[in-house]
Amino acid sequence: MNRIDQRFAALKEQGRTALIPYITAGDPSPDYTVSYMHALVEAGADVIELGIPFSDPMADGPVIQKACERALKHNTRLSHVFAMVSEFRRQDSDTPVVLMGYLNPIERLGYPTFAKQAAEAGVDGVLIVDMPPEEADEIAPLLKEHHLQSIFLVAPTTSEARAATICAHGEGYLYYVSLKGVTGAASLDVAAVDRQLDVLRKLTGLPLCVGFGIRDGASAAAVGKVADGVIVGSALVSRIAEGCERPESVTAELKTVLGEMRQALDA
Amino acid sequence: MTKFSDLTRLPDDRGHFGPYGGRFVSETLSFALEELEKTYLSLRDDPDFQAKFDYDLAHYVGRPSPLYHAERWSSHLGGAQIWLKREDLNHTGAHKVNNTIGQALLAKKGGKPRVIAETGAGQHGVATATVAARLGLKCDIYMGAEDVERQKLNVYRMHLLGANVIPVESGSRTLKDAMNEALRDWVTNVDDTFYIIGTVAGPHPYPMLVRDFNAVVGREARRQSLEQIGRLPDALVACVGGGSNAMGLFYPFVEDEDVRMYGVEAGGDGVETGRHAAPLTANAPRGVLHGNRTYLMSDEGGQITDTHSISAGLDYPGVGPEHALWKDVGRVEYVAANDDKVLEAFRELTRMEGIMPALESAHALAHAKVLAPTMRPDQHIVVNLSGRGDKDILTVAKIDGVNF
Repeated sequence: MNRIDQRFAALKEQGRTALIPYITAGDPSPDYTVSYMHALVEAGADVIELGIPFSDPMADGPVIQKACERALKHNTRLSHVFAMVSEFRRQDSDTPVVLMGYLNPIERLGYPTFAKQAAEAGVDGVLIVDMPPEEADEIAPLLKEHHLQSIFLVAPTTSEARAATICAHGEGYLYYVSLKGVTGAASLDVAAVDRQLDVLRKLTGLPLCVGFGIRDGASAAAVGKVADGVIVGSALVSRIAEGCERPESVTAELKTVLGEMRQALDA
Repeated sequence: MTKFSDLTRLPDDRGHFGPYGGRFVSETLSFALEELEKTYLSLRDDPDFQAKFDYDLAHYVGRPSPLYHAERWSSHLGGAQIWLKREDLNHTGAHKVNNTIGQALLAKKGGKPRVIAETGAGQHGVATATVAARLGLKCDIYMGAEDVERQKLNVYRMHLLGANVIPVESGSRTLKDAMNEALRDWVTNVDDTFYIIGTVAGPHPYPMLVRDFNAVVGREARRQSLEQIGRLPDALVACVGGGSNAMGLFYPFVEDEDVRMYGVEAGGDGVETGRHAAPLTANAPRGVLHGNRTYLMSDEGGQITDTHSISAGLDYPGVGPEHALWKDVGRVEYVAANDDKVLEAFRELTRMEGIMPALESAHALAHAKVLAPTMRPDQHIVVNLSGRGDKDILTVAKIDGVNF
């Protein structure tokens, strides 16, 4: 069984909500990513979404755009991202890692190479922001062959018919984008999210995880009441940005921020 | 049936032109694109919609635009006869308005009170601000900060038209970054906002509908050639950034196998220097950006590389997906014109014909200058003079060492 499925099965048994942090690989420099990942796990992360830096992150707000810029200043490429996951796996063979990013770096490397190297590094799932299931025909079988799960987004604007298609293709968990906008946008409407998740639950047994707009313990707990998992990105990445001149000290801050969310979720 | 007849049946129902095109967007936009596609397909063959579009093109834009025989320049070059398709004479001064008129009708049909657009040289921004003013729509234009600087006149034109110009400071601060920011706006305000994309790129159905709205250029040029030359031209030449004016001119001639076509990209300092915006000529790899797969300038890690061109309107690392396919099947020959040759052509046409071309269009002229002397005087070249050069006077003055 894939690590993602294992983790969600265990959480379900324990009646707990998944906590899924996102950081961009190579931000603020490739030297720190693995220690940040371990810190996130210590603070209670269930799955780690690791961003592949891209020069033109169209679905992201300024916080993650700048994270990509910092990572790209060090020329962080997919080969480096794979190396980071391999290094992480030397100490952590349990926590699922999902690579999240845009298609072009993957397309440039080539789908077969990407799938093979990601699997060898110990990646468990892949979420390509600008690749809806309709465009995934070519890469999907390659990911499957290497036991990598394809994770897809569902948005408030997704029609029920589309949602059914996405659910049919999705694996691991569904990433529900809680609001119209880019990452790091304003606060979210939990009641509206709840209604949307009800619709999705009728379509799929996949765990439903909610991202966008979760910034602290309170918002995590509110979403945690209605979702199977909460995804937090910009709130963590903005700490990395603030501390990019003193990256060692950020490790403790990430633990504090994520730890508060863990506590709020488990309370 | 000709060898190229299949090309007129594209894109397929998922927006693909062979391996190119498609709809590579984050999920939030999928619904809006599906709706737009449905709206467009229902209106495309609706005589009422077409009549409205044609009326606006005739009475607001001033179509048909003339096909002008540049006799003096032709005899100076000493070869083929050069004919200029005068898109510079359109209202707002470029071909861009053909498309914004069409998309504004779609926005109105969809009941959207706000439109947004990206712009490079500012011509598409001006054309969008113009139709927004006419229809009373709120209008925000995203423009790279570097382009805001080099196209000040167009920025103020947009301001006078009531549009809000938002300078984009991220990335290379040019057209691609403006498009990123417009997409971010659209994903946030998709309920009340229509995104008027200015070129034959972006997610399906944009490449198709921008092509269709601009194809009036080629339909007119074809008819005018038959009337004025007495036959079809031997060659067509147009500049290619995203490729909307070239697509507009070329598309109605696609099945006319004897008509050669040349798409002229921005060679910048020279394709061999790496400082250019010529993905097709430079054999850039395939890639995905702004919702479609195409030939795309990127480094080995898949990061989009910086482009360079004297003309803001061509300063883009990709190209419309249909052009990518036309390169593969050999229907169009793609070449590049370097900045110095472009300036030479700009000055020559201005002095010899009294027509000041946009620096974008001067790329097409620069290639016509190369092509014409290789042909006979009884052969004919139609060049798309896609826009007028008033907006570029400051840029050229600066090169001449003149500051106002």
